[in-house]
Amino acid sequence: MTLQVKNLTVYYQTLRGDVHALESSTFKVGNHEIMGLAGESGCGKTTLGHSLITLKPPMKYIGGRVTLDDEELPIQDMGEMDPFRFKKISLIPQYAMNAMNPTRKIGKMTDELLRSRNVDFKTMLPELKRRLDLVKLSDNVLDMYPIEMSGGMKQRMVMVLSTLLDPSLLIADEVTSALDVASQKAVAEMLVEFRNQGCCKSMIVITHDISILYQIADTILIMYAGQLAEKAPKDVIISVPRHPYTKRLIATLPEVGVRYAEKQLAGIPGGPPLLLNPPIGCRFRERCPLAFEKCVEVPPFIEIEENHFGACWKEFGSNA
Amino acid sequence: MLKLNGLSKIYRVGTFGGKGLHAVNNITFDIGDNEIVSLIGESGSGKSTIGKMILRLVSISSGSIVFNGVDITTYKGAALKEYYRNVQGVFQDPFSSYNPIFKADRIFSIIREEFFPELGDSEWNKKLNNSLEAVGLNPEHVLNKFPHQLSGGQLQRFLIARALLLDTHFLVADEIISMLDASTRIDVLNLLANLKSRGLSILFITHDLSLGYYISDKSLILYRGCVMEMGSTWKIYKNPLHPYTKMLMASVPRLDRKWEEENLDLETISPESFNGCVYYGRCPFAIDKCQEVPPLIKIEEDHFAACWKVSE
Repeated sequence: MTLQVKNLTVYYQTLRGDVHALESSTFKVGNHEIMGLAGESGCGKTTLGHSLITLKPPMKYIGGRVTLDDEELPIQDMGEMDPFRFKKISLIPQYAMNAMNPTRKIGKMTDELLRSRNVDFKTMLPELKRRLDLVKLSDNVLDMYPIEMSGGMKQRMVMVLSTLLDPSLLIADEVTSALDVASQKAVAEMLVEFRNQGCCKSMIVITHDISILYQIADTILIMYAGQLAEKAPKDVIISVPRHPYTKRLIATLPEVGVRYAEKQLAGIPGGPPLLLNPPIGCRFRERCPLAFEKCVEVPPFIEIEENHFGACWKEFGSNA
Repeated sequence: MLKLNGLSKIYRVGTFGGKGLHAVNNITFDIGDNEIVSLIGESGSGKSTIGKMILRLVSISSGSIVFNGVDITTYKGAALKEYYRNVQGVFQDPFSSYNPIFKADRIFSIIREEFFPELGDSEWNKKLNNSLEAVGLNPEHVLNKFPHQLSGGQLQRFLIARALLLDTHFLVADEIISMLDASTRIDVLNLLANLKSRGLSILFITHDLSLGYYISDKSLILYRGCVMEMGSTWKIYKNPLHPYTKMLMASVPRLDRKWEEENLDLETISPESFNGCVYYGRCPFAIDKCQEVPPLIKIEEDHFAACWKVSE
């Protein structure tokens, strides 16, 4: 078991009080698993990803434990996390296009980055070149400035950098969102290739685009308003979702092959709740057509079927 | 309703603007009454530039735009204002379309001052309420609020309502739902389709093929400012002819089908002096003939493609 997260709760400190961005989350990511993390904006997916690697203000650690390869991660302590970052757990940030130092050539920047982790650039060079080849970049990029590269090239370069020290866990935050469909497909397939080649052991891919996850992920975790809603293997989530939010979310996605004139899709009425003073109980309650009295209590996130986790009172049935 | 004839836009680039970048290259198409046309393309395909030229926000390098039989290319002052009564645009980011210091309904009072100064309060309120209801908003819930008190979907619908206040016949919708959440975006999309039945023509600009398919009657596939394929949406999606369209279709992530394994050629070699097909550098089927620009040829009824391979 690579990553185990137990009851992780993270809030944001604001002048008006705490924003309950991530509430008591418990899940696992197995070896060689690519877990997709999806949800609407503001559902806490980026908060979850970042809290595993850089939990810094205004983020506030409230509680919970994280273990990676049977080793506890001191995520609440910025300093103590340092030895783990980049080596054991690594991140491809959102807007990776702007993640590189514009005043350094790529090669020089990589050198500095490795030196900060006491790794020799020269000995890593053959491996670095092999990885560049993997993402279809030529060695020449090491002599280029970031401004000389296109968005897709920069994205691929950052992918190589993030995984250079073979981390156990790679967190990829919206890596494909800003790219055109063709580059999107190439980058997404490269992520899978990285996992297959052992450049990282397991991966959390954060995106709002469920159809991308269907292509590359093994399992998909759906979040809503700071709470985990459902996790299952991708085929199960798409074909037989159990949580009412997942069902509706998947039904709203327009597909090639669906036309307004033939089949009108419906959105989910209402909007997500504000997380400054979130409603008690299940946070989807107000928009949920199935809600009943029990929903004022927070439903636990439990295994409904084998490998299929969900948090909905209606779905527990006799198991509850 | 709207005809574009050989429309081009050349941006000056380089240190002293010495080089020209053909953002839009000789595009001709027309949009009929009650028609939704989607412009589909990747970034840099010139799709937004076309929308901005129709709205006269960007100057036109060559070609003409004819609206209801009148050339509007050189409209200025009062004539241009009159044109805006008929043609309006809504853009991608609803959050930056508002001034955060003022209440969101300021966009309506500006319209009133500019276009309807003679209207009385009660008449105006009736008009405003009608148009808000047309976009599915409850006036009591949304008026008199600041932009940050409204959601992205509400703000976007506000902007559409603003366009409807005028006697709008033509709407340019530039990526209007890409900033919205999955659960609310489909409502805005359905709203556009409903507006069509009220007699509006819409130019729907998007990079998302599935959205284009969902809503439009006619589609144009653009690549680097040139039309690659054009025609009835249904025909293009059922039978994509151009290699670029085929590549796009294969790359769209879908929920009912896994990606096929194939190597995508990402490098876009584009020597400035090269005068052939713009897709030449990436096209796996390129032949010698492709070093000449292929014309847009009618392949079947209501279906055109610009590719030598296809027209053979």
